[in-house]
Amino acid sequence: MDQYTAEKLKSIVGAPNFFDSKEDKLVYSYDGTPVYQQLPEAVLFPQDEEQISQILKLANQEKFNVVPRGSGTGLSGGSIPVENSVVIVMTRWNKILEVDPDNLTAWVQPGVVTGALQKEVEKIGLFYPPDPGSLNVCTIGGNVANNAGGLRGLKYGVTKNYVLGIEMILPNGDLLKTGGKNMKDVAGYNLRDFIIGSEGTLGIVTKVLLKLIPKPSQAITLLIYFDKLVDAGKTVSDIIASHIVPSMMEFLDNTTINCVEDYTHIGLPRKSEAILLIEVDGRGAEVQEDAELIRKIAVKNNASALKGAANETEANVLKTARRSAFSALARRMPTTILEDATVPRSELPVMIERVAKAAKMFDVMIGNFGHAGDGNLHPTCLTDERDSKALERVHKAFDFIFNEAIKLGGTITGEHGTGLAKKHFLEQVAGPAGVDMMKKIKLAIDHNNILNPGKIFTISPKCEGQMPTKREQIKDFHA
Amino acid sequence: MPKEIEYKELLKILPHDDILQQCIHCGMCLATCPTYDITKLERSSPRGRIKMIKSVARGEMEMSRIFADEMNFCLDCQACETACPAGVKYGRMVETARVVIDNTKYVSKAGVTIKRFALRKIVASRDGLKFVSRLLWFYQKTGLQKLVRLSRILKFFSKNLSEIETLSPVIADKFSDTQIKEIELPNGEVKYKTAFHFGCLMNTMFADINIDTIDVLKECGCKIITPHDQVCCGSLMGHNGDMEFALKLARKNIDAFDKHDYDYLISNSAGCGAFMKDYAHLLEDDPAYAEKAKRFSSKVKDVMEFFSEQKPELIFNLELEPELTTYHDACHLIHAQKISTQPREVIKSLPGVEYKELEEANWCCGSAGIYNVVRYDDAIKQLERKMGNIKNTNAKIVLTGNPGCMGQIKHGTKKFNVDVEVLHPVTLIKRLLKSHQKS
Repeated sequence: MDQYTAEKLKSIVGAPNFFDSKEDKLVYSYDGTPVYQQLPEAVLFPQDEEQISQILKLANQEKFNVVPRGSGTGLSGGSIPVENSVVIVMTRWNKILEVDPDNLTAWVQPGVVTGALQKEVEKIGLFYPPDPGSLNVCTIGGNVANNAGGLRGLKYGVTKNYVLGIEMILPNGDLLKTGGKNMKDVAGYNLRDFIIGSEGTLGIVTKVLLKLIPKPSQAITLLIYFDKLVDAGKTVSDIIASHIVPSMMEFLDNTTINCVEDYTHIGLPRKSEAILLIEVDGRGAEVQEDAELIRKIAVKNNASALKGAANETEANVLKTARRSAFSALARRMPTTILEDATVPRSELPVMIERVAKAAKMFDVMIGNFGHAGDGNLHPTCLTDERDSKALERVHKAFDFIFNEAIKLGGTITGEHGTGLAKKHFLEQVAGPAGVDMMKKIKLAIDHNNILNPGKIFTISPKCEGQMPTKREQIKDFHA
Repeated sequence: MPKEIEYKELLKILPHDDILQQCIHCGMCLATCPTYDITKLERSSPRGRIKMIKSVARGEMEMSRIFADEMNFCLDCQACETACPAGVKYGRMVETARVVIDNTKYVSKAGVTIKRFALRKIVASRDGLKFVSRLLWFYQKTGLQKLVRLSRILKFFSKNLSEIETLSPVIADKFSDTQIKEIELPNGEVKYKTAFHFGCLMNTMFADINIDTIDVLKECGCKIITPHDQVCCGSLMGHNGDMEFALKLARKNIDAFDKHDYDYLISNSAGCGAFMKDYAHLLEDDPAYAEKAKRFSSKVKDVMEFFSEQKPELIFNLELEPELTTYHDACHLIHAQKISTQPREVIKSLPGVEYKELEEANWCCGSAGIYNVVRYDDAIKQLERKMGNIKNTNAKIVLTGNPGCMGQIKHGTKKFNVDVEVLHPVTLIKRLLKSHQKS
């Protein structure tokens, strides 16, 4: 980036909000994704919509790239800088602008931390269900950009089910407002749902209107051990088939159980092939009835032990195993690669087996856990990125896992996003026509491909005008 | 100093690349970091600092003023270690980085010399600390303090100096080591054989708490050995770039206590307890001390940890009106020693206590060793947040298990006008004892 552009950017956001020291570039060169890294040219903290608009206009003029970022906890590389880019950080946009108890909605800025919003609305008996693992850190803007899920997805859905309206600055600098407090609204294209999950490639979100629901008053938590993996799988499908919708149905495999036990010493059975953590919530007697029915199903399917909790303190004890799953695995090896292959829930038992097979075939350590209720698994590979041979085997194992997921009618990512990490698999899931349509949409909105380019898919640069032939022309081209 | 030496030095102290590699930059630490919360800049976060340390240690980046400043901006509260899924020992990395930057041009030489002198010659030497404390005591008792405060003479030098002056705790009339006998016996039978480390701040500034601790332990049936040749635990030096001196003190303490027969070494100061529990690790490569250090550290117990585990029988006065009481987690208890449920259990079980949980109880109060002296303005931002939360509980008493936090929160009661009594949990226990009422 030349001096002129840097000075221009500095004058747009103001010197205190412009950072280009080597230290600042370094600490915005990564996000939560393992292995990927790239230095930006500068880091900007814009103060208002107008500044964002000006930055994007300048980017079109001076041909540099812009990468939006929240807390940087993403797991697919969506907020990792690209070549010749500036990072726009939205974490200081962290105000809850309005909670409307009459319409059960909340207007928030994109930098509001998901967990902080939940805490705030729960004070008045309301509930914002999406709960990604990083909820204490991640931002609503990032959640919208990646259509984040979480443990409660099975019953309550994911981020897209709670977004009513979005305001964002488009790549040309215009302000787009879409959606609103109406529960029904079919005026024109549904732009809102189209923006959700676009991973910062179509605009920079500046305001989000969220739907809230009443907080469920009761919950019962169950922890169930199984000696045989098949029995756990059967339990999950039987529960779904008996029309119970738990608010949470989580699975841990044997590798994960052993890592958790090594780390927490809470007395988990090391020989168990699977643990299920199930929570039912709601109001009144139905909660009790559902819990009882789940007990019966588990016993029928040879559960080796079953523990229940009816209050929050006890429930928290039961949840320890699931909550510490990631920590316990992450401590094992220097590099932890967490993926989110997802299959239709009827295929879950098969997928679990395929993951175990991949671990054996490619000689890598994989702990498997995740959201059994919605078919969203988190095969977690433990390796060391400094060992290129090991890393090669990991890539092969994940290639195998993703291909198997696709064969089962599944997808390469359930809730983390495509970003850089999974764009090579996109065509297999979305098909050539699907990817082509995505690229056309992208270029229609972002002509110069300046906003988070190279994420989700790569748009090959088109050559305009005559090809350079003379040496001087080629020199210009390099500049 | 040329860059090569700088990073080699860092690498020497962080011998395994594995330590640096452990961070998976997931960002879970961001939510718990008091400095990131203020700036919202990645460089003021644990994840950002680790990245910078990694780059300097691998020779990919030169050390710089920004680097030095961010390392010193860190409170070293280690809340991030509690949140870290991968178990990164962040505190040790930052402390190591501080050792290295103390030798660079980015930190004022005079500052380092004064800090080192103060910590080595005053805090670590009991007589030195007593001497300074006596001066302070004289200053406070003679009316000189009032005069100085009235005259606002310190403001003439610097606004901060006059603020820091108000941080100086009220000095006890008598130091505790002169009042505690080397061997104290309970009135009845001996149920526990304990030893006691009286700390340096606890001994001088908070001597009453030491006396309270001994009284309550005696009431529990403890025989208490307090070797008078014990020394400062070394924690303040260790955390502030002078590990060499800290280890000297560690060896002296191990020698002093090793001569005696006891099962538990009681500490009532979170910072000292945490550091003494760490001796085993710090001296693991010292063949002469590794074994002894392991034995020493395994016996160290925070006083609340001891109560919660042993559940000693105490006879309380049951006629007292319950008072609304809350609890602030000292970083060196909750994050460094992972002790958080034990003090709460003990406190909630006391008659005469109506317990109310403090919002953000585990958020650093800004005391952070000597942080509130060297970075007063940054420390006050954290304190303001803490005092707001305390005020919201409406509690009459706030309990905390570390002298640094007590001093800081007491300072906060005046600065932010919050009407609350700041006590160590043992002081409250003693106050509620039946025997105490009679006397």
